[in-house]
Amino acid sequence: MAVLILADHDGSAVTQPTRSAVAAATKLGDVTVLVFGPRAAADSAAQVAGVARVLHSEDALYANGLAEPVSALLVSMAPEYSHLLAPASAAGKNVMPRVAALLDVQVISDISGVVDADTFVRPIYAGNAMATVKSSDAKKVITVRAASFDPAPATGGSAAVEAAPKGDDPALSTFLGAEIAKSERPELTAAKIVVSGGRAMGSSENFHIIESIADKLGAAVGASRAAVDAGYAPNDHQVGQTGKIVAPDLYIAVGISGAIQHLAGMKDSKVIVAINKDEEAPIFSVADYGLVGDLFKVMPEFEAELAKK
Amino acid sequence: MKLLVPVKRVVDYNVKVRVKADQTGVETANVKMSMNPFDEIAVEEAVRLKEKGIATEIIAVSAGPAACAEQIRTALAMGADRGILIEHDGVLEPLAVAKLLKAVIEKESPQLVILGKQAIDDDMNATGQMLAALMGWPQGTYASKVESEDGGLKVTREVDGGLERLQLKLPAIVTTDLRLNEPRYASLPNIMKARKKPIENVKPADLGVDVTPRLTVLKVEEPPKRQAGKKVGSVQELVDKLRNEAKVI
Ligand SMILES: Cc1cc2nc3c(=O)[nH]c(=O)nc-3n(C[C@H](O)[C@H](O)[C@H](O)COP(=O)(O)OP(=O)(O)OC[C@H]3O[C@@H](n4cnc5c(N)ncnc54)[C@H](O)[C@@H]3O)c2cc1C
Ligand SMILES: Cc1cc2nc3c(=O)[nH]c(=O)nc-3n(C[C@H](O)[C@H](O)[C@H](O)COP(=O)(O)OP(=O)(O)OC[C@H]3O[C@@H](n4cnc5c(N)ncnc54)[C@H](O)[C@@H]3O)c2cc1C
Repeated sequence: MAVLILADHDGSAVTQPTRSAVAAATKLGDVTVLVFGPRAAADSAAQVAGVARVLHSEDALYANGLAEPVSALLVSMAPEYSHLLAPASAAGKNVMPRVAALLDVQVISDISGVVDADTFVRPIYAGNAMATVKSSDAKKVITVRAASFDPAPATGGSAAVEAAPKGDDPALSTFLGAEIAKSERPELTAAKIVVSGGRAMGSSENFHIIESIADKLGAAVGASRAAVDAGYAPNDHQVGQTGKIVAPDLYIAVGISGAIQHLAGMKDSKVIVAINKDEEAPIFSVADYGLVGDLFKVMPEFEAELAKK
Repeated sequence: MKLLVPVKRVVDYNVKVRVKADQTGVETANVKMSMNPFDEIAVEEAVRLKEKGIATEIIAVSAGPAACAEQIRTALAMGADRGILIEHDGVLEPLAVAKLLKAVIEKESPQLVILGKQAIDDDMNATGQMLAALMGWPQGTYASKVESEDGGLKVTREVDGGLERLQLKLPAIVTTDLRLNEPRYASLPNIMKARKKPIENVKPADLGVDVTPRLTVLKVEEPPKRQAGKKVGSVQELVDKLRNEAKVI
């Protein structure tokens, strides 16, 4: 069997969620990775352990990941593959259902396990239930939950890089621009430590308390929906059922109550710390270490304590 | 222009679902059902486009059991003009829903369809993209802003790392993200008025659509339970535990 993966990259290397998709794909067959963008990103894909072949294109038509041309191309390439995969990132979730419908198959979103070539596990109801589903479609189109698969090592592979084909331009949409935050911090879905703030932060100025601790720990910054809706943190920081799914070694929830929708995005973290002034807050029911207290008192102490060795 | 807004009946977001003992699914008997929250946002956006004079008519569609009429009524009370209930008692996967919606589009010729980005029960995040594919229309998913511009649509999307802006030709598909708007509550007079608005009832067979599922659910299980840990008494103790017990910092 042969698997095609649509890669995400940061301009120079494929993302960790893409390497998680590679890890899932190696259970299914020979892995080909499709990379749009700079050559360096394609070269990084070629080094990922388990990758057999890389197809690369710098064509402007695909540079911004527009769903219409990208899915048209994937469909034209589909006959060679039994499975088409992408990480369950904003880009993958945008494109893969479109590809599936064009192929008349039901997409299988956000898988957390591979049972066999037709059978997959996926979380439903905000992760409160795990469904094992078997597909009767001839071809499988899948997005992969990164937090559920250890990423394939970034090195160890030596795949050949070949030119990707070019498909038709459906000319339905135009890319106007983007505001992508540049950050020195690790990417939320790839970070080993995540520090998240909730509604209790009270303002975007106060949210710096979270950022400052995160920088001490080399951590990524997350937020609850309430904090994002209130404008304390940008939208791409939202952790949860309808935001990002993270499973770091350490997750620190500060002033977050622990709604089902938030837990859905972080409860697979290895160690969870909750800091909340309400000892009844539901977040404590999933926390390994809970500290009851006012965050505005606790967090400065926490930062000072971290500074001591 | 005419707008179509698909609304799904789902287990209310406040309900903590329980997996059935026989592992065939989750308990939905006697559980509070509501309109999928993202679909409330979709209805709100449609109503605002009508208030701005951009939309002329809003049709709310729901596919599922007869009880979906409740969610259509909610959409009508928020400001949709009429409803279509595609009645079906079995499982409807996003591909089947997209095919049903395509059949409705071919009859009604809307210029814009606004869906939720994901239903909070099955969390597939697929129907809008699949419908766009079947129609050969452009898609603006995870929208946080929709503007009518140059005979098309300018859509701001929530993506990993920030925001992105696209220009779409019409007709088009938009799916809503949380920050697009804050849905209104229907007023009592509007709830009364909604009772008189028409809901057409059709069956998948009337639309000529085969809705046979492609996925078989082999089992549904509880995820591994997380044990609540301990409370620590001070920041010093917390940092000590993280360093020396959990060894994560
Ligand atoms: C369709 C839908 C999708 C959603 N998706 C998501 C999602 O993806 N992610 C998400 O997070 N939410 C999501 N939500 C929202 C979710 O239901 C909650 O509303 C949200 O998570 C609450 O955020 P919070 O914990 O920051 O705020 P609150 O629930 O208001 O909690 C604030 C907490 O801070 C504590 N606190 C207050 N002051 C202090 C202080 N000085 N020191 C210490 N603690 C303090 C309080 O005790 C409280 O526990 C979604 C909701 C819906 C309907
Ligand atoms: C184990 C299991 C058992 C199930 N059993 C049943 C069952 O017995 N009966 C049943 O009906 N379903 C059942 N379902 C749910 C069904 O499979 C899902 O409704 C379907 O897969 C659609 O996925 P989604 O709602 O996540 O779509 P998404 O793609 O996440 O939905 C996105 C948007 O599409 C629109 N949309 C989606 N569905 C509809 C709809 N039906 N009508 C109008 N608009 C819609 C809405 O605008 C929605 O916001 C079951 C699911 C599982 C996992």
